[in-house]
Amino acid sequence: MNSKLFAFALLIISSAGLHSADAGDVSVLIKNFDYSPMEMNIAAGTTVVWKNLDGEPHTIASVDGMFRSPALDQNDSYSFTFNRPGVFKYICSIHPKMRATITVK
Amino acid sequence: MTDTSRRDALKCLGVGAGTLFTLSGGVFSAFDMAEAAPADMGVPLFLQISDTHIGFNKEANPDVIGTLNRTIDAVNAMPHAPAFALHTGDVTHLSKASEFDTASQLLSRLKVSELHVVPGEHDVTDGPGAEFFARFGQASASKGYYSFDAHGVHFIALVNVMNFKNNGLGALGEDQLAWLKDDLSGRSASQPVVVFAHMPLWTIYEPWGWGTGEGEEIASLLRRFGSVTVLNGHIHQIVQKVEGNILFHTARSTAFPQPLAGDGPGPGPLVVPPAQLPGMLGVTMAVSGRKHRLSLNDTTLA
Repeated sequence: MNSKLFAFALLIISSAGLHSADAGDVSVLIKNFDYSPMEMNIAAGTTVVWKNLDGEPHTIASVDGMFRSPALDQNDSYSFTFNRPGVFKYICSIHPKMRATITVK
Repeated sequence: MTDTSRRDALKCLGVGAGTLFTLSGGVFSAFDMAEAAPADMGVPLFLQISDTHIGFNKEANPDVIGTLNRTIDAVNAMPHAPAFALHTGDVTHLSKASEFDTASQLLSRLKVSELHVVPGEHDVTDGPGAEFFARFGQASASKGYYSFDAHGVHFIALVNVMNFKNNGLGALGEDQLAWLKDDLSGRSASQPVVVFAHMPLWTIYEPWGWGTGEGEEIASLLRRFGSVTVLNGHIHQIVQKVEGNILFHTARSTAFPQPLAGDGPGPGPLVVPPAQLPGMLGVTMAVSGRKHRLSLNDTTLA
């Protein structure tokens, strides 16, 4: 395999499972057992992308059950598109002390 | 046994070593397996294994399969095998089917006749715990909580990782609490009781959620019994409390240690020098005494 092809193959492997961010997306980082930001206002139709930077897995689980990520290991991402207005609280189902809110206008 | 010797007994033990619980006058007491065992020690009754976290592969222990295998080998090499084993949860790290498959395969090597498993929060990240209950749900009709009697002791499996409330602590939920009341009502106070669940059933450190919201209600249901042992995992280190006739005890993990309460940003894997790791992993063994029948219920640890 030539080196360019090899690099391309690596790129494909390394991006597998990761959400590719669009310009309209907003991101929430998970670090040191906190969501950052913990409160966020977005417009309907916005996609939120969460990325876990901790060595400990975390989840994004809405209190009302509307969305729920699998367990995200370090550097894993999860995305959800909010199509209707409302106040959406979510927690980490592994560390329920971790709580945050997204308000959709 | 004095408090001092109990504390000494709970110091670091290696993989495959652990804390033995003997039933002395119907109440469990602990001593270090590395020390000389009492002459009337009796036979091992059950093993507690916890927090195997199959699927974890980070720096704190890149080989959780290896450390679990070493633990199982050490248990299997004991001259008297325990009759059965309790797993107090976090069988897997990410609730993946492949992790459960690997864990089931490894745990099947334990030379025990039965394995009783309660879920940890890492086992039910899909919400309803479909993968967990597909494998371990039979004893409880997939509710997770159930009870059984063995060797005169009443065992109660509880699930406190699926009904989190705003306080961020473990929770049983109303249905399970009502079931627990019913399960204990009318039961003789002289029957020893062992309760096992993943998260500590008493509050060890509230800011990290190391406790259970209904802990006081649970303890109040158990206080009338002469001998109660509450076995938990979750915090990957031994913490013990004695309150009246109730001994609360958390087990080590076979996978990786966690920090002392409040040390650092949160309860994540603790990286220690490789030489120190085996001394921070282990299991717990319970032993029924020969001279002291389980039904003898008069003495306490105090």
